[in-house]
Amino acid sequence: MARKIPQINAGSMADIAFLLLIFFLVTTTMDVDTGIMRQLPPPLDPNQIIPRIKERNIMNILVSKSDRLLVNKKMGNIKTLKNDVIDFMSIHHDDPAYPEVTLKSIDYIGDVYTTKGIVSLKNDRGTSYDMYIQVQNELAAAFKELRDRLSMQKFGRKYDKLINEDYIDAINKAIPVRVSEAEPEDVGGN
Amino acid sequence: MSRFKKQVSKEVPAISTSSLPDIIFMLLFFFMVTTVMRETTLIVKTKLPEATEVQKLEKKSLVSYIYIGPPVQSKIYGTESRIQLNDHFAVVDDIQEFVVLEREAREEADRKFLTTSLKVNGETKMGVVTDVKQELRKASAFKINYSTRRKTVKKD
Repeated sequence: MARKIPQINAGSMADIAFLLLIFFLVTTTMDVDTGIMRQLPPPLDPNQIIPRIKERNIMNILVSKSDRLLVNKKMGNIKTLKNDVIDFMSIHHDDPAYPEVTLKSIDYIGDVYTTKGIVSLKNDRGTSYDMYIQVQNELAAAFKELRDRLSMQKFGRKYDKLINEDYIDAINKAIPVRVSEAEPEDVGGN
Repeated sequence: MSRFKKQVSKEVPAISTSSLPDIIFMLLFFFMVTTVMRETTLIVKTKLPEATEVQKLEKKSLVSYIYIGPPVQSKIYGTESRIQLNDHFAVVDDIQEFVVLEREAREEADRKFLTTSLKVNGETKMGVVTDVKQELRKASAFKINYSTRRKTVKKD
């Protein structure tokens, strides 16, 4: 005679599941990693000749060890930095105070004026990382704004709303993030 | 007198709890899938700075982390910012080796997408960060990500 297997009591199943749930609730970290992406340049070849860049094409940003800004040898302010960069990198025809412009032909956009301007960023060894990130953030915001403007003008939507890869490429070509970081050296002393 | 008088019970029937385990299991699976276990225990404090122009780091398996900040146990190790690689303190010269090891741990096709995430304390001086960046350049790990928290934008 086959013995009847007694039913397993499932009443405590909920408790077991609760236990596991609480374990995962406690160990879980929901934070997504966010940050500012940057591309480092390859190491300098000592024999390489550094190309001379015209003074008018460079915007010098220097962050001192006491976290103060020097923009083109004048005192700068972090609040106005974004607009300063946008102003510098915008297209100004035949104005010697601004960088040179060249006419470039880019797929999907057509002929567009691009600037030869470069933002040169230099920091001291004593600069705080927080300040450095603030400056990097303002620079990123400035370039995003410039790209948004061109994107609105050409494609009618903002840069980060673009879906077509070719359009994104075209905007990237028209407005590359031209931030050059100077080779480190002690500028402020310790 | 009606023959089919409905038997209306006055008591509220007890709610069936038999589906409770299923609901809990559903939640459990959600958390099991989304959970990311912390791989390294931090021995340096990294209070990340805030920024507005942040991008999400995609593909966490292709990210290697470098932590820089003052040691948690400041009584033993002092307050000067130190570099942490994996689970222990390191010096600047260790970084090239670290990058090579990280690269070898990934599949060959993925290696060029390897990003180095710098988790640096906001109060750390740039000197050590610059040194680390120079080492990364030498090790040809060019893709870096300054880890920051997203700042909530104030409406002016």
